[in-house]
Amino acid sequence: MSFDDARGLYQDIILDRGRNPRHMHRLEPFDARASGDNPMCGDQIEVRVTFAPDNTISDAAFEARGCAISLASADLMAEIVRGRDAGAIRLLAKQFGELAKTGDTAGEDAALQKLRPLSGVSDYPSRVKCATLPWSALVAALDASKEV
Amino acid sequence: MNASPRRADLVPWFDVEQVRSDFPILSQRVHGKPLVFLDSAASAQKPRVVIDAMRDAMERQYANVHRGLHWMSERTSDSYEGVRDKVAGLLNAGSRDEIVFTRNSTEAINLVAHSYGRGILKPGQAVLITEMEHHANIVPWQMLRDAHGIELRVAPITDAGELDIAAFAHLLEDGRVGLAAVTHMSNVLGTYNPIERIAQLTHEAGAELLVDGSQAVVHRAVDVRALGADFYVFTGHKLYGPTGVGVLWARAALLEAMPPFMGGGDMITSVSFAHSTWAPAPQKFEAGTPAILEVIGLGAAIDYVNAIGMPAIAAHEAALTDHALSRLSAVEGLQIFGRAQDRGGVISFTLDGAHAHDVATLLDRNGIAVRAGQHCAEPLMRRLGLSSTARASFGIYTTLQEIDVLADTLTRVRSFFQ
Repeated sequence: MSFDDARGLYQDIILDRGRNPRHMHRLEPFDARASGDNPMCGDQIEVRVTFAPDNTISDAAFEARGCAISLASADLMAEIVRGRDAGAIRLLAKQFGELAKTGDTAGEDAALQKLRPLSGVSDYPSRVKCATLPWSALVAALDASKEV
Repeated sequence: MNASPRRADLVPWFDVEQVRSDFPILSQRVHGKPLVFLDSAASAQKPRVVIDAMRDAMERQYANVHRGLHWMSERTSDSYEGVRDKVAGLLNAGSRDEIVFTRNSTEAINLVAHSYGRGILKPGQAVLITEMEHHANIVPWQMLRDAHGIELRVAPITDAGELDIAAFAHLLEDGRVGLAAVTHMSNVLGTYNPIERIAQLTHEAGAELLVDGSQAVVHRAVDVRALGADFYVFTGHKLYGPTGVGVLWARAALLEAMPPFMGGGDMITSVSFAHSTWAPAPQKFEAGTPAILEVIGLGAAIDYVNAIGMPAIAAHEAALTDHALSRLSAVEGLQIFGRAQDRGGVISFTLDGAHAHDVATLLDRNGIAVRAGQHCAEPLMRRLGLSSTARASFGIYTTLQEIDVLADTLTRVRSFFQ
Protein backbone atom coordinates (compact mmCIF):
# COMPACT_ATOMS: atom_id res chain seq x y z
CA MET A 1 0.00 0.00 0.00
CA SER A 2 1.11 3.52 -0.71
CA PHE A 3 -0.47 6.93 -0.43
CA ASP A 4 -1.10 7.24 -4.15
CA ASP A 5 -4.34 9.12 -3.76
CA ALA A 6 -2.57 11.71 -1.61
CA ARG A 7 0.00 12.44 -4.32
CA GLY A 8 -2.31 15.07 -5.79
CA LEU A 9 -1.59 17.05 -2.66
CA TYR A 10 1.95 15.93 -1.97
CA GLN A 11 3.56 16.25 -5.38
CA ASP A 12 7.33 15.76 -5.50
CA ILE A 13 8.06 19.45 -5.63
CA ILE A 14 5.91 20.01 -2.51
CA LEU A 15 7.66 17.25 -0.58
CA ASP A 16 11.03 18.55 -1.71
CA ARG A 17 10.33 22.19 -0.85
CA GLY A 18 8.73 21.18 2.43
CA ARG A 19 11.81 19.21 3.40
CA ASN A 20 14.44 21.59 2.04
CA PRO A 21 13.07 25.09 1.61
CA ARG A 22 15.49 27.36 -0.30
CA HIS A 23 14.27 30.68 1.09
CA MET A 24 13.69 29.91 4.74
CA HIS A 25 16.05 32.27 6.52
CA ARG A 26 16.06 35.62 8.26
CA LEU A 27 16.37 38.46 5.76
CA GLU A 28 18.52 41.30 7.16
CA PRO A 29 18.18 44.17 6.53
CA PHE A 30 14.59 44.28 5.29
CA ASP A 31 12.13 46.95 4.20
CA ALA A 32 8.88 45.32 5.27
CA ARG A 33 7.76 42.35 7.27
CA ALA A 34 4.60 40.76 8.63
CA SER A 35 3.68 37.58 10.39
CA GLY A 36 0.74 35.29 10.02
CA ASP A 37 -0.49 32.51 12.21
CA ASN A 38 -3.01 29.76 12.07
CA PRO A 39 -4.36 29.36 15.60
CA MET A 40 -6.01 26.06 14.72
CA CYS A 41 -2.71 24.27 14.18
CA GLY A 42 -0.18 26.59 15.81
CA ASP A 43 1.62 27.33 12.56
CA GLN A 44 3.44 30.65 12.35
CA ILE A 45 5.25 32.44 9.58
CA GLU A 46 7.13 35.70 9.27
CA VAL A 47 7.74 37.06 5.80
CA ARG A 48 10.36 39.75 5.12
CA VAL A 49 10.99 41.62 1.88
CA THR A 50 13.30 44.25 0.47
CA PHE A 51 12.36 46.71 -2.25
CA ALA A 52 14.33 47.86 -5.29
CA PRO A 53 14.41 51.60 -6.14
CA ASP A 54 11.56 51.03 -8.61
CA ASN A 55 9.41 49.65 -5.73
CA THR A 56 9.47 46.11 -6.98
CA ILE A 57 10.45 43.39 -4.54
CA SER A 58 14.18 42.68 -4.74
CA ASP A 59 14.31 39.88 -2.19
CA ALA A 60 11.92 37.85 -0.08
CA ALA A 61 12.47 35.23 2.60
CA PHE A 62 10.57 33.69 5.48
CA GLU A 63 10.91 32.00 8.82
CA ALA A 64 8.23 29.53 9.70
CA ARG A 65 7.00 26.70 11.78
CA GLY A 66 4.62 24.75 9.66
CA CYS A 67 3.55 21.74 7.66
CA ALA A 68 4.93 20.61 4.29
CA ILE A 69 2.20 22.48 2.44
CA SER A 70 2.77 25.84 4.14
CA LEU A 71 6.57 25.62 3.88
CA ALA A 72 6.46 24.66 0.21
CA SER A 73 3.96 27.40 -0.52
CA ALA A 74 6.08 29.99 1.28
CA ASP A 75 9.19 28.82 -0.53
CA LEU A 76 7.65 29.00 -3.99
CA MET A 77 6.16 32.36 -3.14
CA ALA A 78 9.50 33.81 -2.06
CA GLU A 79 10.93 32.69 -5.38
CA ILE A 80 8.36 34.18 -7.73
CA VAL A 81 7.61 37.53 -6.12
CA ARG A 82 10.93 39.10 -7.02
CA GLY A 83 10.69 41.85 -9.63
CA ARG A 84 7.00 42.38 -9.01
CA ASP A 85 5.45 45.47 -7.51
CA ALA A 86 2.78 45.58 -4.83
CA GLY A 87 -0.08 45.74 -7.30
CA ALA A 88 1.10 42.68 -9.20
CA ILE A 89 1.60 40.78 -5.96
CA ARG A 90 -1.84 41.57 -4.62
CA LEU A 91 -3.33 40.30 -7.85
CA LEU A 92 -1.17 37.18 -7.74
CA ALA A 93 -2.17 36.54 -4.12
CA LYS A 94 -5.82 36.76 -5.10
CA GLN A 95 -5.38 34.41 -8.05
CA PHE A 96 -3.40 31.97 -5.96
CA GLY A 97 -6.16 32.04 -3.35
CA GLU A 98 -8.57 31.08 -6.11
CA LEU A 99 -6.26 28.30 -7.28
CA ALA A 100 -5.96 26.89 -3.78
CA LYS A 101 -9.67 27.02 -3.10
CA THR A 102 -11.00 25.80 -6.44
CA GLY A 103 -8.05 24.04 -8.09
CA ASP A 104 -7.96 26.55 -10.95
CA THR A 105 -7.67 30.22 -11.74
CA ALA A 106 -8.29 32.44 -14.75
CA GLY A 107 -5.12 34.40 -13.94
CA GLU A 108 -2.55 34.50 -16.69
CA ASP A 109 0.58 35.49 -14.79
CA ALA A 110 3.31 33.02 -15.81
CA ALA A 111 4.25 32.65 -12.15
CA LEU A 112 0.98 30.86 -11.53
CA GLN A 113 2.35 27.90 -13.47
CA LYS A 114 4.97 27.49 -10.77
CA LEU A 115 2.26 27.47 -8.14
CA ARG A 116 0.05 24.90 -9.86
CA PRO A 117 1.52 21.97 -7.92
CA LEU A 118 -0.26 23.48 -4.90
CA SER A 119 -3.67 23.33 -6.58
CA GLY A 120 -4.16 19.89 -5.02
CA VAL A 121 -5.10 21.50 -1.69
CA SER A 122 -8.47 22.35 -3.20
CA ASP A 123 -9.44 18.73 -2.51
CA TYR A 124 -8.53 19.21 1.16
CA PRO A 125 -10.63 22.10 2.49
CA SER A 126 -8.98 22.05 5.91
CA ARG A 127 -5.56 22.50 4.30
CA VAL A 128 -6.31 25.47 2.03
CA LYS A 129 -5.24 27.90 4.75
CA CYS A 130 -1.86 26.13 5.03
CA ALA A 131 -1.17 27.13 1.42
CA THR A 132 -2.54 30.66 1.61
CA LEU A 133 -1.06 31.70 4.97
CA PRO A 134 2.31 32.82 3.49
CA TRP A 135 0.50 34.96 0.93
CA SER A 136 -1.66 36.57 3.60
CA ALA A 137 1.50 37.43 5.51
CA LEU A 138 3.16 38.86 2.40
CA VAL A 139 0.17 41.05 1.60
CA ALA A 140 0.12 42.19 5.25
CA ALA A 141 3.79 43.14 4.90
CA LEU A 142 2.98 45.23 1.81
CA ASP A 143 0.09 46.88 3.66
CA ALA A 144 2.38 47.68 6.57
CA SER A 145 5.02 49.22 4.30
CA LYS A 146 2.38 51.43 2.69
CA GLU A 147 1.36 52.78 6.10
CA VAL A 148 4.91 53.84 6.95
CA MET B 1 -7.74 5.88 43.60
CA ASN B 2 -10.27 4.50 41.19
CA ALA B 3 -7.77 2.81 38.91
CA SER B 4 -9.20 0.61 36.20
CA PRO B 5 -9.02 -3.12 36.68
CA ARG B 6 -6.44 -4.53 34.29
CA ARG B 7 -6.06 -8.12 35.33
CA ALA B 8 -7.81 -10.42 32.91
CA ASP B 9 -9.89 -12.08 35.60
CA LEU B 10 -11.24 -8.71 36.66
CA VAL B 11 -12.27 -7.57 33.19
CA PRO B 12 -16.05 -7.53 32.96
CA TRP B 13 -17.84 -8.86 29.91
CA PHE B 14 -17.58 -6.52 26.98
CA ASP B 15 -18.31 -7.24 23.33
CA VAL B 16 -16.91 -4.43 21.23
CA GLU B 17 -18.52 -5.72 18.02
CA GLN B 18 -21.91 -5.61 19.72
CA VAL B 19 -21.18 -2.06 20.85
CA ARG B 20 -20.08 -1.06 17.35
CA SER B 21 -23.31 -2.30 15.86
CA ASP B 22 -25.11 0.23 18.06
CA PHE B 23 -23.37 3.14 16.29
CA PRO B 24 -24.74 3.58 12.75
CA ILE B 25 -21.95 5.90 11.61
CA LEU B 26 -19.23 3.30 12.17
CA SER B 27 -20.23 1.43 9.03
CA GLN B 28 -19.42 4.49 6.91
CA ARG B 29 -16.41 4.48 4.62
CA VAL B 30 -14.08 7.46 4.23
CA HIS B 31 -12.08 7.87 1.00
CA GLY B 32 -13.16 4.31 0.21
CA LYS B 33 -11.65 2.94 3.43
CA PRO B 34 -13.44 1.70 6.54
CA LEU B 35 -13.79 4.55 9.04
CA VAL B 36 -11.29 4.31 11.90
CA PHE B 37 -12.57 7.00 14.23
CA LEU B 38 -9.87 7.96 16.72
CA ASP B 39 -11.12 11.44 17.58
CA SER B 40 -13.63 10.72 20.31
CA ALA B 41 -11.95 13.10 22.76
CA ALA B 42 -13.03 15.94 20.49
CA SER B 43 -16.56 14.59 20.12
CA ALA B 44 -17.87 11.06 20.33
CA GLN B 45 -20.19 9.26 17.92
CA LYS B 46 -23.81 8.61 18.83
CA PRO B 47 -25.50 5.27 19.42
CA ARG B 48 -28.85 4.50 17.79
CA VAL B 49 -30.68 4.85 21.13
CA VAL B 50 -29.64 8.51 21.41
CA ILE B 51 -30.69 9.27 17.85
CA ASP B 52 -34.01 7.47 18.39
CA ALA B 53 -34.72 9.15 21.71
CA MET B 54 -34.40 12.61 20.17
CA ARG B 55 -36.43 11.70 17.09
CA ASP B 56 -39.12 10.00 19.17
CA ALA B 57 -39.45 13.07 21.35
CA MET B 58 -40.00 15.25 18.28
CA GLU B 59 -42.40 12.80 16.66
CA ARG B 60 -44.49 11.80 19.63
CA GLN B 61 -44.07 13.89 22.71
CA TYR B 62 -42.82 17.41 22.37
CA ALA B 63 -43.74 20.78 23.86
CA ASN B 64 -41.99 23.37 25.97
CA VAL B 65 -41.16 22.37 29.54
CA HIS B 66 -42.31 23.77 32.88
CA ARG B 67 -45.08 25.80 31.27
CA GLY B 68 -48.00 24.04 29.72
CA LEU B 69 -50.83 22.55 31.68
CA HIS B 70 -51.39 20.24 28.74
CA TRP B 71 -50.41 16.62 28.24
CA MET B 72 -47.57 17.22 25.80
CA SER B 73 -45.84 19.74 28.04
CA GLU B 74 -46.26 17.61 31.14
CA ARG B 75 -44.78 14.54 29.43
CA THR B 76 -41.89 16.57 28.00
CA SER B 77 -41.22 18.13 31.41
CA ASP B 78 -41.19 14.64 32.94
CA SER B 79 -38.65 13.44 30.36
CA TYR B 80 -36.50 16.52 30.79
CA GLU B 81 -36.56 16.42 34.58
CA GLY B 82 -36.03 12.66 34.52
CA VAL B 83 -32.63 13.26 32.95
CA ARG B 84 -31.70 15.45 35.91
CA ASP B 85 -32.14 12.36 38.08
CA LYS B 86 -30.04 10.30 35.67
CA VAL B 87 -27.20 12.83 35.76
CA ALA B 88 -27.41 13.00 39.56
CA GLY B 89 -27.08 9.21 39.58
CA LEU B 90 -24.18 9.25 37.12
CA LEU B 91 -22.20 11.62 39.36
CA ASN B 92 -23.57 10.33 42.68
CA ALA B 93 -24.71 13.85 43.48
CA GLY B 94 -26.36 14.48 46.84
CA SER B 95 -29.50 15.81 45.20
CA ARG B 96 -31.07 16.24 41.76
CA ASP B 97 -31.30 19.95 42.54
CA GLU B 98 -27.52 20.16 42.34
CA ILE B 99 -27.64 19.45 38.59
CA VAL B 100 -27.75 22.46 36.25
CA PHE B 101 -28.09 21.95 32.51
CA THR B 102 -25.87 24.21 30.41
CA ARG B 103 -24.89 24.27 26.75
CA ASN B 104 -21.55 22.51 27.29
CA SER B 105 -18.62 22.36 29.74
CA THR B 106 -17.40 25.75 28.57
CA GLU B 107 -20.69 27.38 29.49
CA ALA B 108 -20.72 25.56 32.84
CA ILE B 109 -17.28 26.96 33.69
CA ASN B 110 -18.30 30.41 32.52
CA LEU B 111 -21.38 30.15 34.73
CA VAL B 112 -19.18 29.47 37.75
CA ALA B 113 -16.64 32.14 36.76
CA HIS B 114 -19.44 34.66 36.47
CA SER B 115 -21.76 33.75 39.34
CA TYR B 116 -19.35 32.37 41.89
CA GLY B 117 -16.42 34.41 40.63
CA ARG B 118 -18.09 37.80 40.73
CA GLY B 119 -20.74 37.01 43.32
CA ILE B 120 -18.69 35.24 45.98
CA LEU B 121 -14.98 35.76 45.30
CA LYS B 122 -13.61 39.11 46.42
CA PRO B 123 -11.09 41.24 44.52
CA GLY B 124 -7.64 40.33 45.76
CA GLN B 125 -8.46 36.63 46.04
CA ALA B 126 -6.92 34.19 43.58
CA VAL B 127 -8.04 31.39 41.27
CA LEU B 128 -5.58 28.51 40.85
CA ILE B 129 -5.49 26.51 37.61
CA THR B 130 -2.90 24.15 36.13
CA GLU B 131 -0.63 24.15 33.11
CA MET B 132 -2.54 21.28 31.53
CA GLU B 133 -5.92 23.01 31.27
CA HIS B 134 -8.03 23.27 28.15
CA HIS B 135 -8.72 26.85 27.02
CA ALA B 136 -12.22 26.43 28.47
CA ASN B 137 -10.69 26.27 31.94
CA ILE B 138 -8.27 29.16 31.35
CA VAL B 139 -9.99 31.94 29.47
CA PRO B 140 -13.09 32.36 31.74
CA TRP B 141 -10.72 32.86 34.69
CA GLN B 142 -8.64 35.39 32.77
CA MET B 143 -11.83 37.30 32.02
CA LEU B 144 -12.73 37.15 35.72
CA ARG B 145 -9.23 38.34 36.61
CA ASP B 146 -9.50 41.34 34.33
CA ALA B 147 -13.05 42.28 35.28
CA HIS B 148 -13.00 41.62 39.00
CA GLY B 149 -9.43 42.04 40.26
CA ILE B 150 -8.82 38.35 40.83
CA GLU B 151 -5.31 36.97 40.64
CA LEU B 152 -4.81 33.98 38.34
CA ARG B 153 -2.24 31.42 39.43
CA VAL B 154 -0.98 28.49 37.37
CA ALA B 155 0.39 25.30 38.91
CA PRO B 156 3.12 23.68 36.79
CA ILE B 157 3.28 20.12 35.50
CA THR B 158 6.24 17.76 35.66
CA ASP B 159 8.11 16.54 32.60
CA ALA B 160 6.14 13.30 32.85
CA GLY B 161 2.97 15.30 32.31
CA GLU B 162 1.63 15.04 35.84
CA LEU B 163 0.51 17.88 38.06
CA ASP B 164 3.33 19.05 40.33
CA ILE B 165 1.44 18.52 43.59
CA ALA B 166 4.07 20.16 45.77
CA ALA B 167 3.99 23.30 43.63
CA PHE B 168 0.19 23.22 43.64
CA ALA B 169 0.19 23.05 47.45
CA HIS B 170 2.72 25.85 47.62
CA LEU B 171 0.50 28.12 45.54
CA LEU B 172 -2.32 27.55 48.06
CA GLU B 173 -0.19 28.40 51.08
CA ASP B 174 -0.90 32.10 51.52
CA GLY B 175 -4.62 31.39 51.86
CA ARG B 176 -5.63 33.84 49.16
CA VAL B 177 -6.86 31.23 46.69
CA GLY B 178 -10.65 31.11 46.77
CA LEU B 179 -11.11 28.55 44.02
CA ALA B 180 -8.97 25.94 42.30
CA ALA B 181 -10.08 24.81 38.82
CA VAL B 182 -8.44 21.60 37.64
CA THR B 183 -9.07 19.11 34.87
CA HIS B 184 -9.90 15.54 35.89
CA MET B 185 -8.20 14.20 32.75
CA SER B 186 -5.97 16.07 30.31
CA ASN B 187 -7.27 16.20 26.75
CA VAL B 188 -3.67 16.26 25.46
CA LEU B 189 -1.62 14.09 27.81
CA GLY B 190 -4.29 11.62 28.91
CA THR B 191 -3.19 12.25 32.50
CA TYR B 192 -5.73 11.69 35.27
CA ASN B 193 -5.23 14.13 38.10
CA PRO B 194 -5.46 12.80 41.69
CA ILE B 195 -8.59 14.76 42.48
CA GLU B 196 -9.08 13.40 46.02
CA ARG B 197 -5.63 14.64 47.00
CA ILE B 198 -6.12 17.94 45.19
CA ALA B 199 -9.49 18.42 46.92
CA GLN B 200 -7.94 17.78 50.30
CA LEU B 201 -5.18 20.34 49.73
CA THR B 202 -7.62 22.87 48.31
CA HIS B 203 -10.04 22.54 51.22
CA GLU B 204 -7.26 22.72 53.79
CA ALA B 205 -6.38 26.09 52.25
CA GLY B 206 -9.99 27.21 52.61
CA ALA B 207 -10.75 27.17 48.88
CA GLU B 208 -13.36 25.43 46.75
CA LEU B 209 -12.49 23.02 43.91
CA LEU B 210 -13.94 22.98 40.41
CA VAL B 211 -13.19 19.85 38.38
CA ASP B 212 -13.41 19.85 34.57
CA GLY B 213 -14.69 16.34 33.88
CA SER B 214 -15.17 16.75 30.11
CA GLN B 215 -12.75 13.91 29.33
CA ALA B 216 -12.87 11.83 32.50
CA VAL B 217 -16.61 11.30 32.85
CA VAL B 218 -16.57 9.36 29.59
CA HIS B 219 -14.02 6.83 30.75
CA ARG B 220 -14.48 6.31 34.48
CA ALA B 221 -17.17 6.13 37.10
CA VAL B 222 -17.26 9.55 38.74
CA ASP B 223 -18.43 10.05 42.31
CA VAL B 224 -18.32 13.77 42.99
CA ARG B 225 -18.73 13.29 46.73
CA ALA B 226 -15.98 10.69 47.01
CA LEU B 227 -13.72 12.93 44.90
CA GLY B 228 -14.37 15.82 47.25
CA ALA B 229 -15.16 18.26 44.44
CA ASP B 230 -17.29 21.37 44.97
CA PHE B 231 -18.09 21.91 41.29
CA TYR B 232 -17.91 19.29 38.50
CA VAL B 233 -18.62 20.02 34.84
CA PHE B 234 -18.95 17.85 31.76
CA THR B 235 -20.41 17.97 28.27
CA GLY B 236 -22.94 15.67 26.63
CA HIS B 237 -21.40 15.25 23.21
CA LYS B 238 -18.26 13.50 24.45
CA LEU B 239 -20.41 11.07 26.43
CA TYR B 240 -22.07 9.70 23.26
CA GLY B 241 -24.86 12.25 23.65
CA PRO B 242 -25.81 15.18 21.44
CA THR B 243 -24.10 18.56 21.17
CA GLY B 244 -25.70 21.54 22.87
CA VAL B 245 -26.05 20.14 26.38
CA GLY B 246 -23.61 20.20 29.25
CA VAL B 247 -23.82 19.82 33.00
CA LEU B 248 -22.75 21.78 36.02
CA TRP B 249 -22.90 19.96 39.32
CA ALA B 250 -22.27 22.01 42.45
CA ARG B 251 -22.88 21.48 46.12
CA ALA B 252 -26.36 22.73 47.02
CA ALA B 253 -25.07 25.37 49.42
CA LEU B 254 -22.88 26.89 46.69
CA LEU B 255 -25.70 27.04 44.17
CA GLU B 256 -27.91 28.63 46.80
CA ALA B 257 -25.35 31.32 47.60
CA MET B 258 -24.52 32.11 43.98
CA PRO B 259 -26.38 34.84 42.08
CA PRO B 260 -27.96 33.90 38.74
CA PHE B 261 -25.86 33.75 35.57
CA MET B 262 -28.42 34.83 32.99
CA GLY B 263 -31.82 36.38 33.51
CA GLY B 264 -35.05 35.47 31.78
CA GLY B 265 -37.98 33.14 31.93
CA ASP B 266 -37.92 29.95 34.01
CA MET B 267 -35.37 31.29 36.51
CA ILE B 268 -37.71 33.54 38.50
CA THR B 269 -40.50 33.18 41.01
CA SER B 270 -41.97 36.62 40.39
CA VAL B 271 -41.22 39.56 38.12
CA SER B 272 -42.31 43.17 38.30
CA PHE B 273 -40.72 46.18 36.64
CA ALA B 274 -39.29 47.19 39.99
CA HIS B 275 -37.99 43.83 41.16
CA SER B 276 -37.72 40.13 40.42
CA THR B 277 -37.08 37.21 42.71
CA TRP B 278 -35.12 34.14 41.75
CA ALA B 279 -36.30 30.59 41.60
CA PRO B 280 -34.32 28.16 43.73
CA ALA B 281 -31.48 26.20 42.11
CA PRO B 282 -31.23 24.60 39.64
CA GLN B 283 -33.96 26.67 37.88
CA LYS B 284 -32.19 29.86 38.94
CA PHE B 285 -29.43 28.94 36.50
CA GLU B 286 -31.57 27.75 33.61
CA ALA B 287 -32.95 30.92 32.06
CA GLY B 288 -35.03 30.55 28.91
CA THR B 289 -36.17 27.47 27.06
CA PRO B 290 -33.48 24.86 27.64
CA ALA B 291 -32.04 22.33 25.18
CA ILE B 292 -35.00 20.02 25.71
CA LEU B 293 -34.26 17.51 22.95
CA GLU B 294 -30.56 17.45 23.72
CA VAL B 295 -31.21 16.82 27.40
CA ILE B 296 -33.47 13.93 26.43
CA GLY B 297 -30.70 12.63 24.16
CA LEU B 298 -28.20 12.92 26.99
CA GLY B 299 -30.52 10.85 29.17
CA ALA B 300 -30.50 8.10 26.54
CA ALA B 301 -26.71 8.26 26.37
CA ILE B 302 -26.41 7.88 30.15
CA ASP B 303 -28.78 4.90 30.06
CA TYR B 304 -26.68 3.38 27.28
CA VAL B 305 -23.38 3.80 29.10
CA ASN B 306 -24.89 2.53 32.36
CA ALA B 307 -26.26 -0.56 30.64
CA ILE B 308 -22.75 -1.49 29.51
CA GLY B 309 -21.32 -0.41 32.84
CA MET B 310 -18.46 1.94 33.60
CA PRO B 311 -16.19 -0.84 34.94
CA ALA B 312 -16.49 -2.69 31.62
CA ILE B 313 -15.88 0.49 29.66
CA ALA B 314 -12.88 1.43 31.80
CA ALA B 315 -11.38 -2.04 31.42
CA HIS B 316 -11.86 -2.04 27.64
CA GLU B 317 -10.27 1.38 27.33
CA ALA B 318 -7.37 0.49 29.63
CA ALA B 319 -6.61 -2.47 27.34
CA LEU B 320 -6.78 -0.17 24.30
CA THR B 321 -4.47 2.36 25.92
CA ASP B 322 -1.91 -0.26 26.90
CA HIS B 323 -1.97 -1.72 23.41
CA ALA B 324 -1.69 1.70 21.77
CA LEU B 325 1.20 2.83 23.98
CA SER B 326 3.07 -0.32 23.12
CA ARG B 327 2.31 -0.30 19.38
CA LEU B 328 2.93 3.42 18.91
CA SER B 329 6.16 3.42 20.93
CA ALA B 330 7.47 0.86 18.46
CA VAL B 331 6.90 3.15 15.46
CA GLU B 332 10.27 4.56 14.50
CA GLY B 333 10.54 8.32 14.95
CA LEU B 334 7.32 8.55 16.93
CA GLN B 335 7.33 10.38 20.24
CA ILE B 336 4.47 10.21 22.74
CA PHE B 337 3.82 13.15 25.09
CA GLY B 338 2.68 12.36 28.60
CA ARG B 339 3.96 9.48 30.66
CA ALA B 340 1.69 9.81 33.68
CA GLN B 341 1.33 6.82 35.95
CA ASP B 342 -2.43 7.17 35.78
CA ARG B 343 -3.44 7.88 32.21
CA GLY B 344 -6.30 7.19 29.83
CA GLY B 345 -7.01 6.71 26.16
CA VAL B 346 -5.82 10.02 24.76
CA ILE B 347 -2.41 9.84 23.11
CA SER B 348 -0.63 12.86 21.65
CA PHE B 349 2.39 12.24 19.48
CA THR B 350 4.74 13.67 16.90
CA LEU B 351 6.46 11.90 14.05
CA ASP B 352 10.00 12.89 13.02
CA GLY B 353 10.12 14.68 9.70
CA ALA B 354 6.37 15.04 9.35
CA HIS B 355 4.24 17.89 10.64
CA ALA B 356 1.14 16.86 12.58
CA HIS B 357 -1.16 18.26 9.91
CA ASP B 358 0.54 16.28 7.18
CA VAL B 359 0.31 13.18 9.36
CA ALA B 360 -3.41 13.77 9.91
CA THR B 361 -4.04 14.31 6.21
CA LEU B 362 -2.35 11.05 5.21
CA LEU B 363 -4.09 9.13 7.98
CA ASP B 364 -7.39 10.58 6.81
CA ARG B 365 -6.74 9.28 3.29
CA ASN B 366 -6.65 5.86 4.90
CA GLY B 367 -9.93 6.42 6.69
CA ILE B 368 -8.30 7.21 10.03
CA ALA B 369 -9.62 10.26 11.87
CA VAL B 370 -7.25 11.86 14.39
CA ARG B 371 -6.97 15.41 15.61
CA ALA B 372 -3.91 17.53 14.84
CA GLY B 373 -2.96 20.91 16.23
CA GLN B 374 -2.90 22.53 19.62
CA HIS B 375 -6.00 20.80 21.01
CA CYS B 376 -7.31 24.01 22.62
CA ALA B 377 -4.40 23.85 25.04
CA GLU B 378 -1.93 26.37 23.67
CA PRO B 379 -0.15 27.08 27.00
CA LEU B 380 0.38 23.35 27.54
CA MET B 381 1.81 22.96 24.04
CA ARG B 382 4.18 25.83 24.77
CA ARG B 383 5.21 24.12 28.03
CA LEU B 384 5.97 20.97 26.04
CA GLY B 385 7.94 23.01 23.52
CA LEU B 386 5.62 22.02 20.70
CA SER B 387 3.60 23.86 18.11
CA SER B 388 1.33 20.94 17.35
CA THR B 389 0.82 17.23 17.84
CA ALA B 390 -1.38 14.57 16.36
CA ARG B 391 -3.77 12.99 18.84
CA ALA B 392 -5.47 9.62 18.78
CA SER B 393 -8.27 9.19 21.30
CA PHE B 394 -10.38 6.16 22.03
CA GLY B 395 -13.99 5.49 22.77
CA ILE B 396 -16.21 2.67 23.80
CA TYR B 397 -16.30 1.42 20.18
CA THR B 398 -12.55 1.52 19.46
CA THR B 399 -10.93 -1.84 18.69
CA LEU B 400 -7.43 -3.22 19.10
CA GLN B 401 -7.37 -3.82 15.33
CA GLU B 402 -8.01 -0.12 14.70
CA ILE B 403 -4.96 0.71 16.79
CA ASP B 404 -2.94 -1.75 14.70
CA VAL B 405 -4.15 -0.01 11.54
CA LEU B 406 -3.06 3.32 13.03
CA ALA B 407 0.40 2.06 13.99
CA ASP B 408 0.98 0.37 10.61
CA THR B 409 -0.19 3.43 8.71
CA LEU B 410 2.04 5.72 10.76
CA THR B 411 5.05 3.64 9.79
CA ARG B 412 4.16 4.23 6.15
CA VAL B 413 3.50 7.93 6.74
CA ARG B 414 7.00 8.25 8.07
CA SER B 415 8.57 6.70 5.01
CA PHE B 416 6.39 8.87 2.77
CA PHE B 417 7.93 12.02 4.21
CA GLN B 418 11.50 10.73 4.23
